[in-house]
Amino acid sequence: MVQYLPILILLILAFGFAITNIVLSVLLGTQKPTPEKLTPYECGIDPVGSAHERFSVKFYLIAMLFVIFDIEVVFLYPWAVAFQSLKLFGFIEILIFVGIFLICYFYIWKRGGLEWE
Amino acid sequence: MDKEFFIYVLISCIKILIVFGVIQFMIISMIWIERKVMAHMQVRLGPMRVGPHGLLQPIADGIKLLFKEDIIPERADKLLFVLAPAMSLVPALITFAVIPFGDKVQIFGYSVDLVITDINIGFLYIFAVGSLGIYGIVMAGWASNNKYSLLGGIRASAQMISYELTLGISLIGVIMLTGSLSLVDIVNAQAKLWNIVLQPVGFFIYAISALAEVNRTPFDLPEAESELVAGYHTEYSSMKFAMFFMAEYANMITVSAIAVTFFLGGWQGPFLPPVAWFMIKLSCCLFCFIWLRSTYPRLRYDQLMHLGWKFLLPLSLLNILITGLVMVLKG
Repeated sequence: MVQYLPILILLILAFGFAITNIVLSVLLGTQKPTPEKLTPYECGIDPVGSAHERFSVKFYLIAMLFVIFDIEVVFLYPWAVAFQSLKLFGFIEILIFVGIFLICYFYIWKRGGLEWE
Repeated sequence: MDKEFFIYVLISCIKILIVFGVIQFMIISMIWIERKVMAHMQVRLGPMRVGPHGLLQPIADGIKLLFKEDIIPERADKLLFVLAPAMSLVPALITFAVIPFGDKVQIFGYSVDLVITDINIGFLYIFAVGSLGIYGIVMAGWASNNKYSLLGGIRASAQMISYELTLGISLIGVIMLTGSLSLVDIVNAQAKLWNIVLQPVGFFIYAISALAEVNRTPFDLPEAESELVAGYHTEYSSMKFAMFFMAEYANMITVSAIAVTFFLGGWQGPFLPPVAWFMIKLSCCLFCFIWLRSTYPRLRYDQLMHLGWKFLLPLSLLNILITGLVMVLKG
């Protein structure tokens, strides 16, 4: 585990850097808040309604597709590392795996899951 | 505490400080180089006033931003609003930990690897940490309580997760050829032949996905000025705003370094010292970012999604299958 120690040190350094930046700008910057300054920017007019509105369902769909496909990609990594020793067996195995992947993929495509009008 | 462990920690700390300093320096110089190169490509001079040829411009900008008012909009989610820039900057800075930038060197009788740490899952580390940056952008978009920010944040996250898939798959060909997830092994395996020769399609897919992953032109839709003001960082000011930019530039440096490590032979090269080769290759990649920015117009969002899901994803899978087939046929 000792190889992970430098990552921890770097993480602490990066966090320290980020926090220093935020604190410094609060300390050094002038603070003169006015009600107008604190309203969300909406091209100069008063903001209309809440900012947390509903957004297109397609974004949810993309997120779900990502989760499904990314899990499949995660399975490819160990396979890729071991491929040189698996040889033909590994290749046939991945043909079946990618075949299932592609069936799902083209099903989603045909059902219009990848369309953005 | 034994002596060997102490020396290991000491050497690690020195390496970390040097790498951290170099990345900071590169971020600052990239801002100047980008403005200057783009200016000359558009037949103008760019910054000229602060220092010779505007060399001190980024420092002046940094000091100016440091003294600006730090505005947190009313009704914003204060905690997330403050955390978001840190959340996008920190992963960008720590991804560099596993990238080898030189061969072993002997210093005072100690053999030092020129990589912060060589872990056997270096590749997974890069992807795990690299994707954390999305959280910062989504948090910024949500916490700002601004419609433009929310749209920019959602667009950014959808774009980044879409291209994360192809980014991951495009590098699998290299893993298959090397048989290791350690970046040091990947560089060592390229001593004779760079992977770009064996994996040209993989490099092509990686280059496009990396551009989209760091939200650079022609994929800079999350911050499309003409429609979304400034996207997820519309409400940010002062140093928090600067931190998003630092994160963007740090990410550019990281994806370029990954491209160099996986496809362009890492620090391998004749005559010059390894670190010099690494920096030369890295600079060439970074220059391409600027070059592409001043060449291509921005894509439309549906074109972006179609490119990622309908073209790059099947192509990257095909690349794996063909790589596998050739490797099996050659034995």
